[in-house]
Amino acid sequence: MKLRKKRVTQVATETEAASEGGLVFHPLDQFIPTSLFGDGAVHWYTPSNLTLWLAILVLAVVGVFVLGSRGRGIVPSRIQSVGELMYGFVYKMIEDVTGKDAVKYFPYIMTLFVFVLFANYLALLPMSYSPTSMIAITAVLGFGVFIAITVLGFVKHGTAFLGLFWMKDAPGFLRPIIAIIEVISYFVRPVSLSIRLAGNITAGHVVIKVFAGFAALTLASPAAILGIVAIYGLEILVAGIQAYVFTILTCVYLKDALHPAH
Amino acid sequence: MATDTHETVVSACLDSHGGAIGMPQLCGEWIPHQIFWLLVALAATFFVMSRIALPRIAAVLAERSGTITNDLAAAEELKNKAAEAEAAYDKALVDARAQAQQIVAEAKAEIQAELDVELAKADAQIAEKAAESEKAIAEIRDGAVKSVTDVAKATTKELVAAMGGTADAKTITAAVTARMKG
Amino acid sequence: MEGDIASIGAGLAAIGSGIAAIGVGNVAGNYLAGALRNPSAAASQTATLFIGLAFAEALGIFSFLVALLLKFA
Repeated sequence: MKLRKKRVTQVATETEAASEGGLVFHPLDQFIPTSLFGDGAVHWYTPSNLTLWLAILVLAVVGVFVLGSRGRGIVPSRIQSVGELMYGFVYKMIEDVTGKDAVKYFPYIMTLFVFVLFANYLALLPMSYSPTSMIAITAVLGFGVFIAITVLGFVKHGTAFLGLFWMKDAPGFLRPIIAIIEVISYFVRPVSLSIRLAGNITAGHVVIKVFAGFAALTLASPAAILGIVAIYGLEILVAGIQAYVFTILTCVYLKDALHPAH
Repeated sequence: MATDTHETVVSACLDSHGGAIGMPQLCGEWIPHQIFWLLVALAATFFVMSRIALPRIAAVLAERSGTITNDLAAAEELKNKAAEAEAAYDKALVDARAQAQQIVAEAKAEIQAELDVELAKADAQIAEKAAESEKAIAEIRDGAVKSVTDVAKATTKELVAAMGGTADAKTITAAVTARMKG
Repeated sequence: MEGDIASIGAGLAAIGSGIAAIGVGNVAGNYLAGALRNPSAAASQTATLFIGLAFAEALGIFSFLVALLLKFA
């Protein structure tokens, strides 16, 4: 991201204040999709830097899971053991959280996990573009999970799936109130699922960019660079944890759909 | 930024220098773009995972656990064989020891018997020799006693004669014999 | 210094991130206290820990999002 000396915009007050102070923060510019070929507008079909990094993601997945396990070694190579580790991790998570009967949904959940994990980690490379910081993208993931699980619940249990919201243990007069709260919390699930992921990744990248802006000041630069290192370490942790949380919450929601009775 | 040198505004969410107006994530113009490429990438990932990667890894893991199970079974079998071999070895050792003891006992008994015979023979020889010796000693002693008696008689006779007396042989003999006994 | 009322709102919304930090600390601290009392049960509850952390953190992220919206949108 290049520093621009001055920018003439509709929001003049903000930018003037920024350029007068000598500090120029454009922490959100890293999320702008730019066309790979030419400078034209980014239409829905335009190959952009988003396309580039999603392609890199798919290539990385192919590299780890297909090329890595090419040898099919009984004694695994390094990359193969990484793939097997993730496989075992997600498989065990589904078995533990959702139950043994959910193993047939393993490919879908594994795809989600691998996609989010690789997107998070590739986004930490300098100059890269982070797909999972896009609220639209995480919303498609989150609502996709939500709709799929809801449809699955109704297909498997019919209207009995609505029993998920009707607490039989609660005292009678409380049941409608609890049902309303349960319904609301059920519909908040995809929102929180998607905003959590996008918000975490966006927040990390914005904070790093803001620290990088401080590094332009001579006096503050050592502290700013140390801060970037520290935040980068935290972001490596967050990238893994958010992929884990996204997957495990999907497993928890899937469990509700498969076994709606509490 | 590719749009830096570009003064024309290419998007409602970009200012004339290519900076973002508001959050790029929320710009409605780019949302179809993001969703389209997300779906393409997700489909590609899902295809790669479900068709190629996951079955292959599952096969490798199953093969590995099978190999491990087989190897463990083989190891168990070998262990049993080793235990059997050890038992056989122990038995052989015990047998050999027993046999050795038997041989030792037999040899000892044989030697004892031979020794007894030799001892008896030696005892007999010794007894014979001792008897012979005793006889010789007795003869010598008798001889010596007789000589002493003769000498004593002669000496007594001479002494009596020298002292001027006469003594008959009978008296002298009785006196010497009485002295000798005393 | 120039600015607008939205910046003040964004700053106020950012307080929510700090409050969410208290919640996250609460979850982690209570998990640690429980894990020290009964270490054998700790490993089985890591999934619950992460889910709890995620829920607590999500609300902080919401306030961060509100701040971003007020500031940039």
